Amino acid sequence: MAAVLTNLFDGIAYGMLLFVLACGLSVTLGLMNLINLAHGSFAMVAGYAAAVLVNRYGVPFLAALPLAFLVGAVLGAVMERTLYVHVYRKSHLDQVLFTIGIVFMSMATVAYVAGSAQVFIHLPGFLKARYVVGGVSMGAYRLLIIAVCGVLALGLQFILARTRFGSRLRAAVDDPVVARGLGIPVDSIFTIAFAAGSGLAGLGGALGAEVLGLDPGFPLKFMVYFLIVVTVGGSSSITGPFVAALLLGVADVAGKYYVPDLGAFVIYTVMLVMLLWRPAGLFTRAGGR
Amino acid sequence: MNAALEIVGLSRRFGGLVATNDVSLRLERGARHALIGPNGAGKTTLINLLSGVLAPSAGRILLDGTDITALRPDARVHRGLVRTFQINQLFADLTPLTTVGLAVSRRLGLDRQFWRRLGSKGEIVDECVAILERFDLLGVMNERVGALPYGRQRLLEIALAIACGPRVLLLDEPAAGVPEGEREGILAGVAALPVEVSVLLIEHDMDLVFRFAQRISVLVNGSVLMQGSPAEVAADARVREVYLGEEVHG
Amino acid sequence: MSAAAPHAAARAALREVARWKPAEYAFWAATAASWFLLPGQHLLLNEIAIFALFALSLDLVLGFGGIVSLGHAAYFGFGGYAAGMLAQAGYTDPLLGLAAAALASAALGFVTSFLVLRGSDLTRIMVTLSVSLVLFELANRLTWLTGGADGLQGITIGPLLGRFDFDLAGHVAYAYSLVVLFVLFLAARRIVHSPFGWTVRAVRGNALRAAAIGLAVDLRLVGIYTMAALYAGIAGALLAQSTQFVSLDMLAFHRSADLLLMLVIGGVGYLYGGMIGALVFKAMQNWVADITPEYWQFWIGLLLVLLVVIGRERIFAGSLVLARRAFGRRG
Repeated sequence: MAAVLTNLFDGIAYGMLLFVLACGLSVTLGLMNLINLAHGSFAMVAGYAAAVLVNRYGVPFLAALPLAFLVGAVLGAVMERTLYVHVYRKSHLDQVLFTIGIVFMSMATVAYVAGSAQVFIHLPGFLKARYVVGGVSMGAYRLLIIAVCGVLALGLQFILARTRFGSRLRAAVDDPVVARGLGIPVDSIFTIAFAAGSGLAGLGGALGAEVLGLDPGFPLKFMVYFLIVVTVGGSSSITGPFVAALLLGVADVAGKYYVPDLGAFVIYTVMLVMLLWRPAGLFTRAGGR
Repeated sequence: MNAALEIVGLSRRFGGLVATNDVSLRLERGARHALIGPNGAGKTTLINLLSGVLAPSAGRILLDGTDITALRPDARVHRGLVRTFQINQLFADLTPLTTVGLAVSRRLGLDRQFWRRLGSKGEIVDECVAILERFDLLGVMNERVGALPYGRQRLLEIALAIACGPRVLLLDEPAAGVPEGEREGILAGVAALPVEVSVLLIEHDMDLVFRFAQRISVLVNGSVLMQGSPAEVAADARVREVYLGEEVHG
Repeated sequence: MSAAAPHAAARAALREVARWKPAEYAFWAATAASWFLLPGQHLLLNEIAIFALFALSLDLVLGFGGIVSLGHAAYFGFGGYAAGMLAQAGYTDPLLGLAAAALASAALGFVTSFLVLRGSDLTRIMVTLSVSLVLFELANRLTWLTGGADGLQGITIGPLLGRFDFDLAGHVAYAYSLVVLFVLFLAARRIVHSPFGWTVRAVRGNALRAAAIGLAVDLRLVGIYTMAALYAGIAGALLAQSTQFVSLDMLAFHRSADLLLMLVIGGVGYLYGGMIGALVFKAMQNWVADITPEYWQFWIGLLLVLLVVIGRERIFAGSLVLARRAFGRRG
């Protein structure tokens, strides 16, 4: 029983991490109907940047997290304005080709600069502690992940539900054409959302480096996970991707623990079934887009 | 004798909205029947229900006495119920000749043939030429459809439906958006429809409706307001108020 | 104009669409000549011929069926493993292996085609991707069957037609692959010009109208997808037989991505695009490999980005239009 709860705990931490990594993607998909397979590249580059900051320059781990956000956000904004802006109006095939190109370039560049071995971030001692509560073993590091991601999720929910930017963003996701007609600056909202989403991915990449494993294969390895969160969760709210990410995290951890021989097979099969069962996403409203 | 097409108590609701409300309609063999009504009266919804793009919430559709309510769109075409579209739905990368050619091949049951060349059978070419000629498309038969002038595309809309060998033809606003100079071509095309085909015409253009129809049904808010001869409809006070009145006021 | 004139014109026009163009004769003459003129390059050319067939298969799915696939390697790898396992079991006749791979991949294609019938491009991308990932994981885990990460070892392939042994320089292999490619190309060419082929184009062009003229849309897509899977399986079997080795790499994601690039380089939807693209891609890979083999992936990525940002049509505008005209892509 304790093992089950420990797995559940690890799964939740993993799922929340996936949410922070992927939530930006659901916004870009909903807002611009953009198929972006390169979302993981931003997380990887920012994760590596954090690793260099901590390991080489002695920046404290907790201080490196906002810096990783910044790296991801700046990179995202620059890429969006210079490159992505050219592909919104192109076919989905073009978007796929383009973003795979970005993935390949980022993978090769990181391998060139940092080598192809997995990189670890030195965690401060207090994060290596473990607490046992009622037989459930909880690592301090995963508690931190849950805390940070939980705060971020609440913050995002607040921004979307309560701020002017949030209501404009929701209007734009709902129907970009109408929103444009109402004078909402969809393009700049998109740039901000893209940058923020990339920043969150960067933060997630740094925060979760130990759980996820940072290596040049990162963008491809997690491409599928992000896509699952987005397609299963839909883009009409933040709750959808959040629940989808949690389910995915718990299912993946449980799958790897209880049926290690099957590996990622479980996740891919679940995804196939999901896609067939509810192709428009688990949490989209009936009759929605 | 069975009607060519009979609609019995057809309804369609979208959530709380009733787009089609208990519509019954009888289309005789060889009929020239027009369906008119103001914008939002549910005309296109009705065509979508008849062609099988939408499923009705209630009611039945009988084609020559046979219930086709549950059939898929392609199966309805096989039984002779064919439609055109208000907004052109053509194959932009094909030519009029290949477009009509593949529809004729389908009708002759050759569409699963994968080894012989399209048009290697003489009768297909004969039919294509006859249809293209009737709709004055012979001169552009090898142009790319997407590059044709709009009026020609409207004609191809009808030609393509004719190529499917309809017994009942649903024409969804054939003259929609056609500039004045090309209208005569469309009117001629509609007038040239084979007499044995029963036609249900949906149209805004009163000129076309009164030239074409022997019988008219008026649809308002998803329900049939009245049916009758063109003279009866033109004389009906309710129609003038609801429909023609609105037309005049624009 | 006499009554017979338009009829003759229409007949001629339909014949013209399917007629062999001079450039096509030249293409195949040059391809055949390469076997005689470049004996030292047969290993590389063999690989090109195999990828040409693989890309032809994707063209059927994407260029004719309109389905964006990100997992076409599934059928390539499946065919490779099928041929490899058959050889391992002692049935070493190459043509038998080819037939088995074709059947196996076509069966897989048929079953999985039902998954891509509906849905947006994104759904289809994810479904095709997941199918290939599931297959990759299966091949990775079922070590007793597939050799896992080590691949299928100890495959021996018997002589072709019982007479020609596969040689190290790839002479027999290249001839074998070329003949298979040519035969399958001929079949594909016939099929895309048949009424069935035109109905597939119609479905891609406008599925709503295709149904409204009485075409069973789903059947068309199932048909073309199954056929493409069969082609990909044969390509995979050719690679397995000529290298006498099957590895997980055949199912890997980058295979599907590279394949898309090949097809896009050559142009989509006129059958020759994938074959030309495979030639250009492999030639580039060979050239870059001489300079900086490690960072090939970077250049592929850059090429993809540039292709899209500048515009595929614009980059290749001249050559693509010429190629399409020469090889006859007309509606």
